[in-house]
Order: sequence, then structure tokens, then C-alpha cells
Amino acid sequence: MQCQRCGERPAVIHLTQIVDNTHTEQHLCEACAAQQGIQTEASLAKFPVGDLLAGLDKGAAAQLPTTETSGRCPDCGATLQDFRETGRLGCGRCYETFESPLRTLLRRLHGASRHIGEPYVSPADAGKVPAHAGGGAGGDLPGLREQLQRAIESENFELAARLRDEIRERE
Amino acid sequence: MTLDLDLLPDGGVPWLDASGPEGLVVLSTRIRLARNLRDTPFPPRASDAERAQARDLVVAAVQATADLASGVTIRIDELTRLERQLLHERHLISRDLAGLSAGGTVRSGAALVSAGATGAMINEEDHLRLQVVKSGFAPGAAYADLERTDRELGARIPFAFHDEFGYLTSCPTNAGTGLRASVLIHLPGLVLTKEIAKVLQGLTQVGLTFRGLYGEGSEVVGNLFQLSNQTTLGKSEEELLDHLGKIVRQVIDYERQAREVLLRNAPTVIADKVWRAYGLLRHARSLSFEETMNLLSGVRLGVGLNLIGDVGVYTLNKLLVFTQPAHVARQAARTLTDPDLPAIRADFVRQLFDDDARRKPRDGSATAEG
Repeated sequence: MQCQRCGERPAVIHLTQIVDNTHTEQHLCEACAAQQGIQTEASLAKFPVGDLLAGLDKGAAAQLPTTETSGRCPDCGATLQDFRETGRLGCGRCYETFESPLRTLLRRLHGASRHIGEPYVSPADAGKVPAHAGGGAGGDLPGLREQLQRAIESENFELAARLRDEIRERE
Repeated sequence: MTLDLDLLPDGGVPWLDASGPEGLVVLSTRIRLARNLRDTPFPPRASDAERAQARDLVVAAVQATADLASGVTIRIDELTRLERQLLHERHLISRDLAGLSAGGTVRSGAALVSAGATGAMINEEDHLRLQVVKSGFAPGAAYADLERTDRELGARIPFAFHDEFGYLTSCPTNAGTGLRASVLIHLPGLVLTKEIAKVLQGLTQVGLTFRGLYGEGSEVVGNLFQLSNQTTLGKSEEELLDHLGKIVRQVIDYERQAREVLLRNAPTVIADKVWRAYGLLRHARSLSFEETMNLLSGVRLGVGLNLIGDVGVYTLNKLLVFTQPAHVARQAARTLTDPDLPAIRADFVRQLFDDDARRKPRDGSATAEG
């Protein structure tokens, strides 16, 4: 079979796509597939893992919303510009100083901005009521709903059922 | 200070014994938690004095935990380049902590506390990177150990934590749980059947990433891949590990199927490949590191397919670690650029095969299957 696109080289990539119940098939050669941005075994092999991942860190800062640029962290003196350049925040306080743009960034990176893992009580605050009680057994309603949504998306239906029951109970 | 790796219990690599589940396909499971001190700038921004202070505080707390009390403490910023690379090759410290990344230097205050399967990297890009490495595929066991030590530490030193964002880290890609779990997995079947690209692409679609043997930014050698979770925030630790576990199980199944296909459709080609690899390792007089890794992959496949019966996985794991450049150089008291290293490596490989064959005709830990 010849490539549908160039009609010259043999088709080695056979792509079946189903979009809105419409079934399409493409038969392409390696070169034409690459031009269309379809990754193949060969193209992936030529693409060192390093390059693929090296982009990640800087990508984090590059995805930062550009609307807010002013401000300096009162604790460490870092600015958003510093973060853009290094991809690293200066200190824990930076997360408060740049809370709003960071929230947007965290959502882009992780698909969520709310920590629902292990809660933490620092030694100084031990004895006080924890500010955040996350995890499967605890958590507030919005947090639980967020977890439920994610469980459904990841097809973790066992967890989803448990969360659904817990939400019902609380409602 | 001269680094004496014999001081480390099991040389810091107890996972080499291949005693863990799925030991023939999965070499090790590593989980790490990123933690920072509250009220202290993160290491990349901190001053030398602040980093030294953070180191002293964290090292003291770490040494007081049950699992790390017997640990060895090493100041990375006092080591030579060869010694730092040695620790990195043992996967005890990251490339960043070792100061080996491109244009990188060792950060002042960099330290390691290591005790068997548990380790604490101090003044990496976060003040503390706590990690546990287990043999084979064992995320549950690894996390149980890790969580225990993390709790002990969190009760002693105040960690940077945000009500909404969770544990705060230098790079926002680690915020939330700070948890990165990675599995070092050997996938020659998927590479040989050319299914690997599809599998790796699939992984990225379900929130996992893959790396080479040495982690971030490293290339794949010897068909060894590190699979790990991409995100750390918005899912509980349990969910993250559960998800990774399910996907890795699937990858192990795909690898098994690929090996069955190979054995069924091309038994002679595979047997030839495997025995040639073994023959070269047993008899070659000069071996580059990369060639050694690829040949070891062939022999490991042969052991997995029950084609080679007299080699243990423990032997292969030892070869994997001890034939790395800094290990060969140190053993022979040479520099990393010494032109004799390939010959020294080949001698060492033959020697180790002979020694292990003599010691035990068949390694007990290497029950060969799929």
C-alpha cells in the first residue's frame, strides 16, 4: 500500500481515528506521519528521553500567567521574574506572596490545586485543630467532590463509590 | 574526607539481591518525599550560612529517627567528583545533589544520610528528600517505611506546609504530596517487538512519565526505564501509588506477552541474541559501559526466558552497578578518563561471573520465570 499523502513511499503507519462516531483511516509513510505530528517508534527513538523531559521544569515557569509581574516575597525577596528565569521558588512564603498566579499554574501542572493527601501539623501547632484534614476518610465537601470527580475520570470506580457514599452521608 | 562505601550497610544498595516481587522485570521501587523547612529559603536561594544551618537541623532530626539512627552521614560538598559520581551511580544521590548536572556545581551544605533502604538527601533543591528503595516491585512496603520516617521527622522539625497547596517545594511540579514513586523496569521484550513507543506514549496519557536509568534528563540504556508519577498534587498518596501500581502491573503484563510472542515467533533469533550477549560478556577483553548495559540486558532476558540457567539475577544486578564508570575507575584506582577502563571493566565482568558461578551454581534468589 502506498502512502495516501505523498503516494510515493510505502505506507507504514496505519492510523484509525474515531471522532464523534465517525471512523477515519489514514495510511501514511514515516515522513508524512512525522509531518503531521504523529509520533512513531522510529521518531520516538530518535528523540532522546532527556530532551523530552528537560523541557518540563522550565515549562512549569513558562506556563505562569503573565498578568501579574510586580511584587517581591517579603521573606526571601524573590520575584515572579526570578521564578520565570530559574523555574524555582525562593521559599515557602513565595506560595502566599504569589498565591493567585501559582494557583493557576498548579492547576495547569497537576490538574488541581488542593492538596488532599496527608495533612500536616507542625510541632508548634500540635494540639491545635489541624487547619486541613484531608485524605480519604476526612476532607470537606468540596474537597470530597473534587476527589470523586477525579476518581470517575481515572475510572477508579471502587473509590468513587466510597466517596459518593461519604458525600451523601455528609449532605 | 575519603568516602568509604564499605561503611554503608549493604553498600547502600540492598535492593541488588533481587529478592522483591517481580524481581526479574522490576529491579527496584523507589519512593521519595520532598520536604522543606518552614521559614528558611529553599536551598537554591539560601545563603551558604542558611544552608549550613538547615543541614545541621535536618541531619540531627534525621539521625534521631528509628530507621536512620544507624545511618552513615556524608558531606557531599567535601567529596571529590569521582566519589560524588560513585554515590550517584548507586542511586543514593541525585545528579543535582552530586553537582553533576550540566554546568552544575555542588551546593554548599549538601549532605546524605544513608541506612540500608532508607536515605535522606539534604540541600538538594529541597531541604530534605527522603527516599526508600526496595528490591522488585514493592510500592506498598516502600511507602510504609517512608511514611513512618516522615512522620517522625515532621514532629521534630517544622515543614513548610500550605493549607491549600500542601507541602511546599522549590519546584511547583513537586508541591502537594511531594511524592514521586518510580519503578526501575527492564523491558527488552517491548523494545524488541517494537511495542515500546506505543506503551511509553500510553503512559504519558495516563499521567506517568518515563526516564532513563539515571533519572531526569538521562537516556535509556540497557532497555531499563524508570516509570514514575507525573503529578503530585490533588491526589492522595494512596491514590498516586495505587494508580502507578495498576499501570506498572499492566506494563509487566505487556512485557510478558511480548516475550511470549518473541519465543513463539522467533525462538532461534532470540536464543542467538541472548547467548551471543552472554558469550561476549564472558569472553570480551574490552567493554564500554553502554555495550555492557546492552549485553546485560540480553543476558537478563535469557535468564527471564529460562534460556540461561546458571546466572543469577543478583549477579546481573551487581554487574549493573559495579561496571558503571566511577565504580570501575575507583576499583582500579584510575581516573574517569583513563583509556584502560574498558579493559578493566571486561576483566571485572569475567571475574564476577566466574566467582558467582563458583560460589553458587544457581542463585537462590533468581527463580526464573516469565
